Amino acid sequence: MESIIEQFINGLRSGSIYALIALGYTMVYGIAKMINFAHGDIIMVGAYVLYVSITDLKMPVIPAVLFTIIVCAILGIVIEKVAYKPLRKAPPLAVLITAIGVSYLLQSVALLIFTANPITFKSIINLDTIKIGGITIPGITIVTLVVTSVCMIALTLFINKTKAGSAMRAVSEDKAAAQLMGINVNRTISLTFAIGSALAAVAGIMFICQFQSIKPTLGALPGIKAFVAAVLGGIGSVPGAMLGGILLGVIESLSKAYLSTELSDAIVFGVLVIVLLVKPSGLLGKNRIEKV
Amino acid sequence: MNLLEVKNLGISFGGLRAVDNVNLLIEKGQLYGLIGPNGAGKTTVFNLLTGVYRPTDGTIKLDGVDLVGKSPSEICKSGIARTFQNIRLFKKMTVLDNVKTALHNQQGYSLAESFLHLGSYFKREKSMDEKALEILKVFDLDGQAHYLAGNLPYGKQRKLEIARGLATNPKLLLLDEPAAGMNPNETAELMDTIQLVRKRYGITILLIEHDMKLVSGICEKILVLNFGMELAAGTPEDVLNNPEVITAYLGE
Repeated sequence: MESIIEQFINGLRSGSIYALIALGYTMVYGIAKMINFAHGDIIMVGAYVLYVSITDLKMPVIPAVLFTIIVCAILGIVIEKVAYKPLRKAPPLAVLITAIGVSYLLQSVALLIFTANPITFKSIINLDTIKIGGITIPGITIVTLVVTSVCMIALTLFINKTKAGSAMRAVSEDKAAAQLMGINVNRTISLTFAIGSALAAVAGIMFICQFQSIKPTLGALPGIKAFVAAVLGGIGSVPGAMLGGILLGVIESLSKAYLSTELSDAIVFGVLVIVLLVKPSGLLGKNRIEKV
Repeated sequence: MNLLEVKNLGISFGGLRAVDNVNLLIEKGQLYGLIGPNGAGKTTVFNLLTGVYRPTDGTIKLDGVDLVGKSPSEICKSGIARTFQNIRLFKKMTVLDNVKTALHNQQGYSLAESFLHLGSYFKREKSMDEKALEILKVFDLDGQAHYLAGNLPYGKQRKLEIARGLATNPKLLLLDEPAAGMNPNETAELMDTIQLVRKRYGITILLIEHDMKLVSGICEKILVLNFGMELAAGTPEDVLNNPEVITAYLGE
């Protein structure tokens, strides 16, 4: 029994990281109607920036974390301005290919600077393991759960309660009408990319504190899984991304522990296939009915 | 004094001259009608005025300020608001949020401010709510403030669009076929609302309409477009008795 609970909490941990990344996919999709396949690589960039700012620039932990988040947010804005904005009226396929190109570009630059050898990273979170009854919870798990929950609550409040948040909702529904109501669409899109990338940076930091190793392809797998989480929850839906991420993490963790480690990814993607067969718009996605 | 001065306005899409040499002088406080057969270029004129399209020639001045080349959001801030022929509300947002989104971007505060002064954030949000409800009350929508906009009945959605336009605090309000799809009762009610809005907010209104009863009932001046060009302009009586206008509408 204890071990099931431990595995479940493990799943919550990785799931909440997926959820943070999935939020970036889903917000960008909602606003720019594109899948930003370079999003996973922001995680990797965040990991390297944190590593460099702590080991090379000798920054203390908190400023290094903030610095990492800011660098990633700016990178997100720059990528949108340089690569995606000129293609805003282009067919979706062109944007998709560009996003994949940006993804490879980021990986190749990391490869050039840091080589393909994994770098060992010592976790910046040193919290002791906690025992409640017979259950042991590693410190990093607790920190991850707290940080990701705070991020998700803050984001939800931001989207629903602030001026910029309501502008984001308006732009995601009808860009042209929003513009005619005085909303600066370009600024709103930039802000979305900045927030998405900042969340990816946080996810990246949590991720490397767990696995303590950095390489240029680090972002690929969590990126893809978070994308699956976003689709599972209903792409474009913010609560959907959170639910999808956590669900995916828990399923993955439980199937690793009780079914098969090798097959865990297959099970995760299998769940996606089944959900999409039953509900093609994802768990919390809205079915779009075209009125004729 | 003229609020809106449009001179020699024109736009071509490739070889198609959609609007050609249109002049429009609207005085402050006037209720002006823009009519014409289907495809005459009425909505295109709206799109030119609001910056959705950039004119190939001509000038547009609002209160003496040149608007040509400004982005739609800038033009909205300089004082032109509009509604759409096919309703374009933010359907998944509440009625209140639709109006607040427009309010926010008029006299907004910056993102940094909303984080730095959380106290005044709540105060501002509260006054924003009150302002939005006040506007909704004019349109008899305050009872449905927390409905999703997409769930309102059709006539009310049309009204909400006008309310949302008003919330941007415009000098000039453009209404694109406000009575489209309404029954005679709803149209009559709408005419009253438009009159009321005009008196209460003292704004100038330019409207596109097919319902002749509505146009001749409330507009002080009318411009008739046909094939993108001016066909006639003047008071409703002059214009509607003009033989050329009758021909354009009914054929020979």
